Amino acid sequence: MDYFVNVTLTGLTQGMIYSAFALALVLIWRSTRIVNFAQGSMAAATTFIALALIQAGQSYWVALIVALLSGFLLGAVVERVIIRPVEGGPELNAVIVTLGLFVAIQALIAIVFGSSFQSFPTPFGVRGFEVGGSTIPLTPTSLYVIGSVLITMALLVALFRFTRIGLAMRASAFSQEVARLLGVKVGGMLTLGWGLAAVVGSLSGLLIAGGGFVYPAYMDSLIVFGFVAAIIGGLDSPVGAIVGGLILGLALSYVNGYVERGSALVSVAALVILIVVLLVRPGGLFSSTTARRA
Amino acid sequence: MAEAHGSTAVSATGTTGGTATTSRLLEVENLSSAYGPVRALDGVSLSAEAGKITAVLGANGAGKTTLLRTISGLVRPVSGRVVLDGEDITKASVESMVGRGMAHVPEGRGVIAELTVDENLRVGALFRGKVGKDEFDRVYDLFPRIAERKNNAAHTLSGGERQMLVIGRALLAKPRVLLLDEPSLGLAPRIVAQIFGLLRQLVDAEGLSVLLVEQNARSALSVADVGVVLNLGRVVVTDSARTLMGDEDLRHAYLGF
Repeated sequence: MDYFVNVTLTGLTQGMIYSAFALALVLIWRSTRIVNFAQGSMAAATTFIALALIQAGQSYWVALIVALLSGFLLGAVVERVIIRPVEGGPELNAVIVTLGLFVAIQALIAIVFGSSFQSFPTPFGVRGFEVGGSTIPLTPTSLYVIGSVLITMALLVALFRFTRIGLAMRASAFSQEVARLLGVKVGGMLTLGWGLAAVVGSLSGLLIAGGGFVYPAYMDSLIVFGFVAAIIGGLDSPVGAIVGGLILGLALSYVNGYVERGSALVSVAALVILIVVLLVRPGGLFSSTTARRA
Repeated sequence: MAEAHGSTAVSATGTTGGTATTSRLLEVENLSSAYGPVRALDGVSLSAEAGKITAVLGANGAGKTTLLRTISGLVRPVSGRVVLDGEDITKASVESMVGRGMAHVPEGRGVIAELTVDENLRVGALFRGKVGKDEFDRVYDLFPRIAERKNNAAHTLSGGERQMLVIGRALLAKPRVLLLDEPSLGLAPRIVAQIFGLLRQLVDAEGLSVLLVEQNARSALSVADVGVVLNLGRVVVTDSARTLMGDEDLRHAYLGF
């Protein structure tokens, strides 16, 4: 029973990180119909900025905030400078551009920060809490991961639902032309959307790095899982991205924990889940294609 | 709604200067637009006056939609000018148009399907900053049917309700010129009559200037003051709606009734 709880909690924690990464993809897909393959290396770049600050003696929290802010900046600049020229053009152009960016940023990280493995600290312990003399498999670090993703999501929901700028962003995402005719500065909203998405992506990068090692390609496996989570959820739905991430996190954790030599099967399992979901519901679990067509 | 006359609104247009001595709020001068090598508008000139409905009529492909899209900047003209209240807006950005007092309800109505009815209205008022609840209530009073569906997603609305929503949303922008693209499309005649009747009231009461693009020429002429007939991107005739209505040859040749 303890083992089951442990595996489940691990799955939820990992799933939260997948959710965050998937959410970053969904935010960009919704507003610009572009799959941002560079999301992973953008997040890696900001994680390395955080690491440099920590190595220079700054606290984890200062590094976190600087990394998230630089994520915002990076996302906004990427949209304005690199994505804007291919927006609304053939889809393949945007795909190639983000793929190129993915490779370029990863190479740039290696040039600037080196390509060796470096350990990344975590602000909280990884030992379970003690309750009545026995250790439960809930650690401060997993609480921090789950909590920070939940807070970020709550802030995003509040932004989109309750603020004027959030309304303008949604209008721009759903119908650029109508939004422009209503006086919404759509270009600015798209830049803002990419910036926010990159913040969420950066958060997932920082969380997955915590307590482990980072190197220029350390995000690669998260990229795969994040994509699978986003597609399971329907690529169009923020809620879908979150649910998709949690489903994937749990499923992979069970595979890892209960299947013999499961750790070797994790990536395969992710792709099997993807195929099964797409066979049953080709639009993803939370697709809103019918609503869109109406 | 308060009863007033168009003349009060004509004086209101004089506030931003320019050639405000005339009541021609919107002037289109020799406008040409092209999609690649295909010329969709060929030297179109017309004007829309305060307190009047100007109907632009013609068959499919006559250039009606392109005309509106060029006026609001969605399509950039090859040549010619668009002048709003004395100011040349030919090169102005699409986003700036509502701020200048011109609202464009595009073809297919332009409801943002994923947003609720209320959110759609709020998007329409965004550029004005804080807008009082009373203004929203006024739109809901005007269109009780959409008031009932305030919190429903807009894609659940019927065609007529959508048209009411987009007109209400355009009104929240407090425009002086309203561009309407085929509002009657796909609507039952009773709903069309209701919407056109309401439009007439608004124009008479508030001195709004409406440029109404319609394929449904009979309905449009019944509510309009002036009619402009387009054919293959050119103006065939401009005259009072009453005269056009009485010109049987013209009706048969270009208006299909």
